[in-house]
Amino acid sequence: MSQAEAAFGAGGKKSPAPILKVDSVSKRFGSLVAVRDVSLAVDRGELRAIIGPNGAGKTTFFNLLSGFFPPTSGRIAFEGRDVTTISAHRRVRLGMARTFQITEIFPELSVQDNLRIGAEIAAGYALRAWINRAERTAVQRRVDELLDLAGLAAKAKRLVGELAHGDQRVVEIATALTLQPRLLLLDEPTAGMGDQETYAMTKLIRQLHRRGDLAIILIEHDMRVVFHLADMVSVLDQGKLLAEGAPAAIAANAAVQAAYLGEAA
Amino acid sequence: MSAGAAKLIALTAVWALLAAAPFWAPLVGGYTALGARVLVLALAAMSVNFLLGFAGVLSFGHAAYFGLGAYGAGFALKFLAPSTPLSLLCGTLLGGIAGALLGLLIVRRRGVYFAMVTIAFGQVLYYIAFQWSSLTGGDDGLRGFARQPLDLGFAKIDILGDETAFYYFVLLCFALVVAVMGFILRSPFGRAMIAIRENERRARFLGLAVERHIWIAFTLSCFFAGFAGALYALVNNFADPRGLHYSQSGDFVMMAVMGGMRNFWGPLLGAAVFVVVQDYLSSVTVNWMSFIGLLFVLVVLFFPRGLLGFIRRRAPA
Repeated sequence: MSQAEAAFGAGGKKSPAPILKVDSVSKRFGSLVAVRDVSLAVDRGELRAIIGPNGAGKTTFFNLLSGFFPPTSGRIAFEGRDVTTISAHRRVRLGMARTFQITEIFPELSVQDNLRIGAEIAAGYALRAWINRAERTAVQRRVDELLDLAGLAAKAKRLVGELAHGDQRVVEIATALTLQPRLLLLDEPTAGMGDQETYAMTKLIRQLHRRGDLAIILIEHDMRVVFHLADMVSVLDQGKLLAEGAPAAIAANAAVQAAYLGEAA
Repeated sequence: MSAGAAKLIALTAVWALLAAAPFWAPLVGGYTALGARVLVLALAAMSVNFLLGFAGVLSFGHAAYFGLGAYGAGFALKFLAPSTPLSLLCGTLLGGIAGALLGLLIVRRRGVYFAMVTIAFGQVLYYIAFQWSSLTGGDDGLRGFARQPLDLGFAKIDILGDETAFYYFVLLCFALVVAVMGFILRSPFGRAMIAIRENERRARFLGLAVERHIWIAFTLSCFFAGFAGALYALVNNFADPRGLHYSQSGDFVMMAVMGGMRNFWGPLLGAAVFVVVQDYLSSVTVNWMSFIGLLFVLVVLFFPRGLLGFIRRRAPA
């Protein structure tokens, strides 16, 4: 812990200390280096997009951030705390939630039960065989709040598996929010969506972001979404951080253009 | 609201049927002891299904805890004290604690690997019980004990000689354990079990300590199985190494799947069909298991949600 504080500068409580600090992280699978020496800092309340050609290591990078597997080398700190070796479920409890490229939900349960499970785990009731009326009401209130926020109130009793793809993506984001995270990782939130759904999702993300103190990192292929939403863009290519900057600067960056054109050619 | 009413009626009917069994069973060619067997094996199948149907974890070695429960009850009656409640307690503890210890080693395994390790552990116990004749009676089983009259302080109930009184004792035990199971499954703990069944990855990324949760669910399930085993020893006044054998575990899984594993009451129906068919056929042919096997295959092919799942789908409202 003290080592982490030294490494990541614990002194900066008042200055805008980054909520997430990644320090030269690498991930090796046998001879393949999927993520190579990536460093990155995301500020509190920032909306960061990660882009890059297919196979650039974006999802692997997300898996490192969320604790799906540990990095081969490097360090990750969340709110000044070294989380490099902390297990996935504990990172979630610290305030880092995520969604997946392929929607991960409870398909045979209703929308509201999906959210209720999340809310109960978040409230620390998962090991309880009994909750009293007040606790039950508090859980229900939280569920209703999220249903409203995500625009799912009319579909609360529907089975999630029966909903349209776009709605399922929204449910997944809403379940991730039950934990009231301060950092939300979204892996291609608009993947497989039509124009209308993409627009609605973009609106939802913007709304979540404006609501408060929530930092969001999203992997996205749709450049319209990226340029519409992001404060900052990081570009990964072949596992390395190719460029980082404001959206306009990234759009004009020659190396980034080359990486994308190289993929197209 | 009408669905709730239908559920209430069905539930009342189930309990009424069970409570009246000593009266109607002889009319259809059954007998009271058969009813007790159904209840006890149903309890064991429900303990398997507690894990399989609600946490999505398949234990193929639950006979281990069932058999330990039986031996625990037998040892208690034979060596400790002539007390029926004590024997149930000892059997439950033996099965449950063994399950808790094994659970620590295996909660990280999933699917087939989990099932294989549970089988292997059960077989280890089976061979120990089989070989350690001086303690367990080996292949002949543990004999020389009998369930004791219940002493309520103000009255004694003879559950040894009076089959009907014993049936009601078993029914009471069954009701208590089933109530505990139902209570747990309706709680936040139970909902988190269902979350693991539905999507383990999502459960983990909602902050659930999945391994710890499975361990607790597995341990609870082993306590239930141990209790069922202890009751079984009281039914038979006998404990048998075959109660630990993996084929016994297979029977429990079959009862659960045949009855309907997504349904809380499915294993009860599965156990009733299994025990009754076995009872009738085994007096006709030694190959009774082939018929049960055939029945099982037919159920799985045509009613993938089990017999109860089928009934529920056909039922109006």
